[in-house]
Amino acid sequence: MPEEKQVVRKKIAAAAEVAKFMAEYYLELDKAAKAGEPKIAWCTSVGPAEILRAMGFLVYFPETHSAMLGATRMATDLIPEANALGYSPDICSYLTADIGAFLRGVTPLAKAFNIDRIPKPDVLVFNTNQCRDVQDWFSWYGARFKAPVIGIHTHRGVQKVTESHVDSIAKQMQALIEPLEQVSGAQFDLNELKRVVELSRACSDIWKKILDTAAAAPAPLTFFDGTTLMGPAVVGRGTQKALDVYKILLAELEERIRNGEGAVEDERYRIYWEGMPVWGRLSAHSKLFAGLHANVLASTYCNSWIFSALDPEDPFTSMARAYTELFIVRSDEAKEKYIKDMLDFFKVDGIIYHDAKTCPNNSNCRYGMPQRLEKETGIPSLTIPGDLNDLRLLSDEQTKTNVEAFIEQLEENR
Amino acid sequence: MTSKPIYVGADVGASRTKVAILDGDKNLIGRAVRKSGTDFTATAAECLAASLRMARAAEGDIVNAISTGYGRKNVAFARDSRTEISCHASGCYLYFPQPITIIDIGGQDNKIIKLDEAGRRTSFKMNRKCAAGTGAFLEEMSARLDIPLENMDGLARQSANMVKLGSFCTVFSATEVLENIRHGQKIEDIVKGVFFSVIKRVLEMDSLTAHVVMTGGVVAHNPYLVKMTEEMIGRRILVPEHPQFTGAIGAALYAMNRDQ
Repeated sequence: MPEEKQVVRKKIAAAAEVAKFMAEYYLELDKAAKAGEPKIAWCTSVGPAEILRAMGFLVYFPETHSAMLGATRMATDLIPEANALGYSPDICSYLTADIGAFLRGVTPLAKAFNIDRIPKPDVLVFNTNQCRDVQDWFSWYGARFKAPVIGIHTHRGVQKVTESHVDSIAKQMQALIEPLEQVSGAQFDLNELKRVVELSRACSDIWKKILDTAAAAPAPLTFFDGTTLMGPAVVGRGTQKALDVYKILLAELEERIRNGEGAVEDERYRIYWEGMPVWGRLSAHSKLFAGLHANVLASTYCNSWIFSALDPEDPFTSMARAYTELFIVRSDEAKEKYIKDMLDFFKVDGIIYHDAKTCPNNSNCRYGMPQRLEKETGIPSLTIPGDLNDLRLLSDEQTKTNVEAFIEQLEENR
Repeated sequence: MTSKPIYVGADVGASRTKVAILDGDKNLIGRAVRKSGTDFTATAAECLAASLRMARAAEGDIVNAISTGYGRKNVAFARDSRTEISCHASGCYLYFPQPITIIDIGGQDNKIIKLDEAGRRTSFKMNRKCAAGTGAFLEEMSARLDIPLENMDGLARQSANMVKLGSFCTVFSATEVLENIRHGQKIEDIVKGVFFSVIKRVLEMDSLTAHVVMTGGVVAHNPYLVKMTEEMIGRRILVPEHPQFTGAIGAALYAMNRDQ
């Protein structure tokens, strides 16, 4: 009988530090929500968190919460609650799962941290650089909590980032200050913003170093590790604590490189992941690839929290630039150049595109990009249909067969 | 009873299980097909027994056995497994050693596989999570039309005025079929429309190269599909002698190669 491959994967010890960081982050928010202070701002994952932090808000990120709904496999049952309110099953399943969870009165924070509800917002601040759905998502909660919803409307399909792009976003960011002062009751302090931006840049730099360790062969971490290790880069950028955790993590990964320790036993194939993770299948996918001696070691997704343009001396303009240079808002030509650089840097053998049904902005396989990139680079690719949160949109058997067949193809063509 | 070494491939598909036996010269000397049912291990064993009888061989003659298909991990006599993508590619290249595009229409999934002149796979695609364009779609339609599956090919050939179905979805297509029955359309015209729908769903999966091979159980039992596809793409299509067995034959080839 053909045996299922046994998978040996060595755990990253610093993951416990990241978990501790996340626990403290949510407990601090919960405490503030119960005490009524400090004020709480909700922010989109690549929103202007630095401004909010500099103005004394604790910052809560609904996307991270919804990713937890996905990872705990709670999301699929909750999505229909939002569908029934008129939010289509075809739109962002982060939105539908999160609103569904709220309506049902459940949260993964309960089991993870003994927190029974998400923190009530005093203000909700979005940036549409992820999608239009985040604005709709925040607007629903804004109406529910009677809290102001303000935000930034990004440019899309940006080929070359110009001064006019940057100026317009910087002006939108500056325009947030006054309404935020009204909510916070405190005056904006430019020096504090500079301090936060400096910390945020440092967090971005160290997160980049962490991800870049995967260029080593064998790679000391996987994309699947990265999706959970990135928590501090998302929710904690602009804080010293995030930096401190990442120093521990980076040291461990560098030690692994020195010892020639790979995250996947006997790494034979190096894979790039383009698109969202399938949160409810992180472990299954990690085991599937590792069992085939394939390491999915780099991704566009985890790199989305690298903001190398941040400059504390010019906070608004540099934030505007950092949030406009983002992969997700760029033209296909710019995206393809970015991916080509990544393939080269990480010495990649093959690309997996995740075609996430409810996340068109993160599904870059729909307009011929895989075919164009394969023609240019000769690196083969595979597209997996699925979704970030809605497990009804997956076929696990098909995914398995597709991935196995893809690795067989890489093997046979060597 | 021969004592020649033999190589076995078992393709446990979602719908049918196929076993193929090759001799050392890659001749297909035994084959059997059964409904996969619910006990894949038992069905594969039954197919092996029947194939061995046809090959006039004994289990002791088996040098190596590889399984493939949806139930590839459930074949007790297989020493290893390989995906159906690799096995169909290998099986087709045995009969057509040239650059080819393989269209395999199976019970529950379709594949389009491209091979270069050396038989190396350059790409593959499987249908998305949908039964449209697969054998399951034909089974659903035969039930709706209340005609045996094996009669569909003959009926489609009789059509003079095909009814086109517009929907992607199997369930919506079934509704369309009922609507056409209600409007008095002839059964043979609807059946040809069903065949046309299968081909359209498959052809939109990927582009085709110059030489196209069609395989799979659906093709084996409905050869008119091949003729219709030839008309649609405007060129001849290659079909191996036993199109339902290419996956099993490919698995047997892997069994042979791994032994060498």
